[in-house]
Amino acid sequence: MSATPALTAPRRRGNTGIALSRRAGMVFVLPALILFAVFIAYPLFTALSYSFFGWTGILRGDFVGIENYVTLFTKLPYSEDIPNAFVHNILLFFGAMVFQNTVGLGLASLLHRLSRFKRFFQTMYTLPYLVSPLVIGYLWSLMLSPLFGPVNAVLRGIGLGELAQPWLGNPQTAIWVVVLVTAWQWIGFPVLLYGAALGGIPEEIDEAASLDGASAWQRFRSITLPMLVPAIGTVSVLTFIGAMEAFPIPYALGGSQGNPAGATDVLSLLFYRTAFESGSSNAIGTSSAIATLLFIFIFGISMLITMLLRRAERKLF
Amino acid sequence: MTATITPSTADAQSDGRDGRKTGRPNGGAPRRRPKVTAGGMASSVFLWLYAAISIAPLLLMVSNSLRTTQDMATKPLGLPLPPDFTSYQKAWITASFDTYFFNSIFVTVASVLLSTVVSLLAAYAFARTKSKLFTALEGLFLSGLMLPVYLAILPLFFLLDAAGMISNLWGLILVYGALGIPFSTFVLSSFFRQLPIELDEAARLDGAGPFQTFWRVHLPLVKPAIATVVVFRFVPVWNDFFYPLILIRDQDSYTLPVGITRFFGEYQTDWATLFAGLTLATIPLVVLFLLATKQIVSGLTAGMSK
Repeated sequence: MSATPALTAPRRRGNTGIALSRRAGMVFVLPALILFAVFIAYPLFTALSYSFFGWTGILRGDFVGIENYVTLFTKLPYSEDIPNAFVHNILLFFGAMVFQNTVGLGLASLLHRLSRFKRFFQTMYTLPYLVSPLVIGYLWSLMLSPLFGPVNAVLRGIGLGELAQPWLGNPQTAIWVVVLVTAWQWIGFPVLLYGAALGGIPEEIDEAASLDGASAWQRFRSITLPMLVPAIGTVSVLTFIGAMEAFPIPYALGGSQGNPAGATDVLSLLFYRTAFESGSSNAIGTSSAIATLLFIFIFGISMLITMLLRRAERKLF
Repeated sequence: MTATITPSTADAQSDGRDGRKTGRPNGGAPRRRPKVTAGGMASSVFLWLYAAISIAPLLLMVSNSLRTTQDMATKPLGLPLPPDFTSYQKAWITASFDTYFFNSIFVTVASVLLSTVVSLLAAYAFARTKSKLFTALEGLFLSGLMLPVYLAILPLFFLLDAAGMISNLWGLILVYGALGIPFSTFVLSSFFRQLPIELDEAARLDGAGPFQTFWRVHLPLVKPAIATVVVFRFVPVWNDFFYPLILIRDQDSYTLPVGITRFFGEYQTDWATLFAGLTLATIPLVVLFLLATKQIVSGLTAGMSK
């Protein structure tokens, strides 16, 4: 069936040709498929099934339906830990989104105009993004240390000594440290992506609009911003996934318990703790239920954001 | 706050400049000659200020790794004069950073190699076949880009445990190899698709089989994409903390990120060594970045070319 158009059409569209037989194609795909099936697909499906069983240590017991899920919302500590951690994940998402779409977009549009030093600035802004988030977390924990930390030293040095405080010891400030450090680390990505997207906007459009008397703001609002929608969409989806999966930075800043007093707890830490540190006999059942909910939430919302963006793009163009 | 104000002033600035430029008959004159103006100054200040915010913590990390703990306690903001390298010696030898470092290198190189090779083969097949089966498989691989696959860690743990591969670096390599497939096939298949089908037909007329066509004709042509994929997979594998935290129980098989965690528990007050450890874990990435900025940038913006 797929070969018919190729036979009748006088000339094939360049890249839709068929050069490999099905069997040869299969041989090419097989190594990747085996690896993917064994180490990704199989564990994923199995993990989902784990949540529907009762467990005693590593022994699987009876099928219990949704009992593990009910436990999550009715029994302590889960019924308190889950909303607490969830709110922190959401804060991470919004914090990073605000930072990336103001500072990040601002930096990208300034860089776009720049002819000299452009590469230099890009490198500076992107470096933290490439460094291990665990290293970043530990680095900031040292910088924010109450007594000898350079951050408090700077504050004291410029006469703002009363602001100096144990940033990570105070539950009120600790979560904001996690949010800001995460946003600070991630900014390189939107700077590059928005930069690439801005580079793709034909200059003529902008020039034509400015000849027609459009103000800078009008041009940004009606030309640049709509053209950036696909890039903003990519950034939103990846930021959402990243914020929901956050693990190394909270781990480095607050340990696996989300110290102080759960103030830096996030869902991945909760999952890790439940699975490997809780000592509960049904650790596997409960933690798999957390994983499944998180899994459905991340996948569902990412798909939703992607769909909404497609619709927005269709309206715009 | 400043971010939202600065671009608009800069915008107004270039507005005037552009107007004048288009008014002139366009000769060979440089298009945007930097000119000192208020808007230009403001944007320049903002760019440099943020560059400082971005890079200062990393510079501080390196600088403090060259100072003694005592020096840091008395002068939190001092400079490393004269530089003191004993912390590196301590991190490297006493704190077993040599072991962690080489484990990380081995795992990263082997797993990136593995995922790149299998993804090249698969991506070629996706670009050169046309049937529902392959479209479905490609979709399956792509879904891995959006799925939080790390949540499947428990079955993975039991799987490797049953195979006697817990604390085994090869177990980690296989896992990372698999995790690299979605991104690598995504980038590589879009490159293979850009190559004209006539190449395959010519090779076939010359008597080349499918594998020879792939190896001799296509592979040399997708080198830039291979570079992007290799560089771009190197970073997350080198940095990953989650999988070895759970899959590696034996200290001799720790990779750098897990080693650092242990090390932070043990050397809590030895700041100089802590900073040296963090710097050691970061150096390879900075070197890689400076050598391959182009590949990193194109990898980060890979989704945009679609």
